[in-house]
Amino acid sequence: MSLDLPLIWAGIIATAVLFYVMLDGFDLGVGILFPFATEAERDVMIDSIAPVWDGNETWLVLGGGGLFAAFPKAYAVIMPALYGPIMLMLLGLVMRGVAFEFRARGRVRGRAFWTAAFAGGSITAAVAQGFVLGGFIQGVTLRDEAFAGGPWDWLTPYTVLVVAGIVAGYALLGATWLVWRTETELHGKARRWAWIAGPLVAVLLAAVSLATLLVHPRIAVRWGFTGETFDPAAFLPLAPIPLLGLVGLVVVAVGLRRRSHGWPFAGALLVFLSGYAGLAAGFFPNIVPYGMTFRQAANAENALAFMLWVTALVLPAILAYSVWVYWVFRGKVTADAGYH
Amino acid sequence: MDVDALLLSRLQFAFTIAFHIIFPSFTIGLASYLAVLEGLWLGTRNEVFKTLYLFWLKIFAISFGMGVVTGVVLSYELGANWSVFSRVSAPVIGPLFAFEVLTAFFLEASFLGIMLFGWKKVGPGLHFTATVLVAVGTLISAFWIISANSWMQHPAGFSILPNGDLIATDWFKVVFSPSFPARFAHMTLAAYLTTALVIGAASAWRLLKAGDEAESRMSLRMAIGMFAIVAPLQLLVGDISGKSVEQLQPAKLAAIEAFWDTRTEQPFHIAAWPDRELAGNRWEISIPKLGSLITGGSADAEIRGLKSFEPRDRPPVAVVFWAFRVMVGLGIAMIILGLWGAWLCWKSAPERSRPYLMAAVAMGPAGFVAVIAGWVVAEVGRQPWVIYGVLRTEDAASPLLAGQVSLSLLGFLIVYAIIFSVGVLYILRLIAEGPVAGSHELVDEDRAPGTPLAAMPEDPG
Repeated sequence: MSLDLPLIWAGIIATAVLFYVMLDGFDLGVGILFPFATEAERDVMIDSIAPVWDGNETWLVLGGGGLFAAFPKAYAVIMPALYGPIMLMLLGLVMRGVAFEFRARGRVRGRAFWTAAFAGGSITAAVAQGFVLGGFIQGVTLRDEAFAGGPWDWLTPYTVLVVAGIVAGYALLGATWLVWRTETELHGKARRWAWIAGPLVAVLLAAVSLATLLVHPRIAVRWGFTGETFDPAAFLPLAPIPLLGLVGLVVVAVGLRRRSHGWPFAGALLVFLSGYAGLAAGFFPNIVPYGMTFRQAANAENALAFMLWVTALVLPAILAYSVWVYWVFRGKVTADAGYH
Repeated sequence: MDVDALLLSRLQFAFTIAFHIIFPSFTIGLASYLAVLEGLWLGTRNEVFKTLYLFWLKIFAISFGMGVVTGVVLSYELGANWSVFSRVSAPVIGPLFAFEVLTAFFLEASFLGIMLFGWKKVGPGLHFTATVLVAVGTLISAFWIISANSWMQHPAGFSILPNGDLIATDWFKVVFSPSFPARFAHMTLAAYLTTALVIGAASAWRLLKAGDEAESRMSLRMAIGMFAIVAPLQLLVGDISGKSVEQLQPAKLAAIEAFWDTRTEQPFHIAAWPDRELAGNRWEISIPKLGSLITGGSADAEIRGLKSFEPRDRPPVAVVFWAFRVMVGLGIAMIILGLWGAWLCWKSAPERSRPYLMAAVAMGPAGFVAVIAGWVVAEVGRQPWVIYGVLRTEDAASPLLAGQVSLSLLGFLIVYAIIFSVGVLYILRLIAEGPVAGSHELVDEDRAPGTPLAAMPEDPG
């Protein structure tokens, strides 16, 4: 049998991370929007994501655990290189993760604290993920397949710009999710949040794209920008990617204008899909920019094959029951959801 | 490699994993208990079981959440702090970690949503299925994690390529490495015991404070049943697990028993102060010949002592020696609690014996202490190796600076201190309120706010 195992696994890990960004993106976004809501609205906001956030975050574990299992050399370089933001992300996720339950159990001061912890943890995790992404795009210093850079490599003006983009993007996902899943005043508020986050995302997406092309000539070449000249032959095959992002933004705007409930969220997901595909097009086949390809980082063939058999059996089931859980909790959030 | 960064990484990993293990060892048992309660309720329609289910479900939600978030941390720490270990071990045990996520983590996370929030969205049969799947998921999770850890204790089913990389040669031997079956049974029983001790303590507390309560009487009896059956069984399984240590990791066994010289008629040290500098015990209280009898099956059995290993290959002795004694001591106390409770159930009723209720409350945290002590025996006893005989801990760390790791360690200390103290406070508060208080809350939520029903006075009682 001649399956290209490293390529298949690169696809699986990339899909897991994409699912994570889209799914945990909207529930982190709900946390980012927490400070702007009233206490009663916050209860509804949290009820709208409580049944699904744990499943959403599991895609992050698959991204990390899968990277360890499928591309151990990349895992062993990326984690130490981005040590600071990874640890910050974990601490943020811990605080917001326990806040789901703790907030419901707290009395007056406890409740206020865990409300703040949910918002603070969500924002911290989003900021840290922005630094991880920015530090990743910048590239990692390698020597003999090990990380050889400094502890603060991930902190530059460029990565700060990426952080702003990620936070705004998650806020847009969160706002459009709430437009879809809530009613009455909160629904109206979420619509206004989406109107603010949408243009912000458009501007930041353009700024990050431009900065990436300017700061990282290697990516620019992929897109046809070779120094002074522009090569349409390189750009045209990739053109559908930015086009998809534009379509996504238009879907968000038209959806909001026509008072659609579901379309703005779908549009926001398209924007993320476009940004993600754009990055993948800039990197492929690197898994650690810009010194390690996914083939160099891949685990032993027999380990990849063993995992693929199990994955082929289990992953369809995971997708099926994940969709089913979303189906069970479909529709507008109602007050009888909780068990507390 | 920075020596301080290595030490800090070890401290951070020991802290975060010891903290994490508290929650799975409780929720593995609690998930099974909830499945049993819901099954009994569906089978008998006895409302006591439903009240107990809804009560323990709330405590499950708090502890499961803490287990999830502290578990996510570990899946990233492996690469962040132990990049060499990750790179070396991945060809062999990488798949086991991936299987844990794919076969257990997703199952638990998805059906937990149904379990907590689907009470009114799906039918009782489907809800029960969700509870069972979460319980099964926790066991599958333990299966893979203990499998990976057992391979680190006694690597099997692999060979070393000319370039130094490891490669798996027999997946069955990797997954079912020699110490795995006994260790998996030992861990599962430990989780069940830990949960039973908490349930027993909570029930006993209610019976002491609130007087007679049908729910607490029922849950106390269920807990006693678990003590009486599982605690003696655990002694047996622990002994089998210990026997495998004797063959597979003689240095660990020597540390557990503080044997320094290789000899027959080893004494059994009840208490001792082992000193690595001295290569002997500073003082000891011992029973002659019993050590050889327990570990080797006869007083004439020759048991290897620590001096037969190079000093650099000896694990820390005092920690392992004492952790083992704490674990076994608590295990014996659990057996006594089980037999005493069973005798009370047979004679009259355990809730009438104040001393028994007080003992049950005191033993509430014993399972956690025993689990952590057992983990210390397993992990510290394996030192100086992280993969026994293959990779030393000192060679396994990431190229980090001490400053970075001290910052992250400080972050974990602060955040975990907050979530631990608050989590325990909220759980104790729920336990103090008791199972019946919880079921009233649920009745309240059946009434939509603002409806005439919501304004009606509470039912008395």
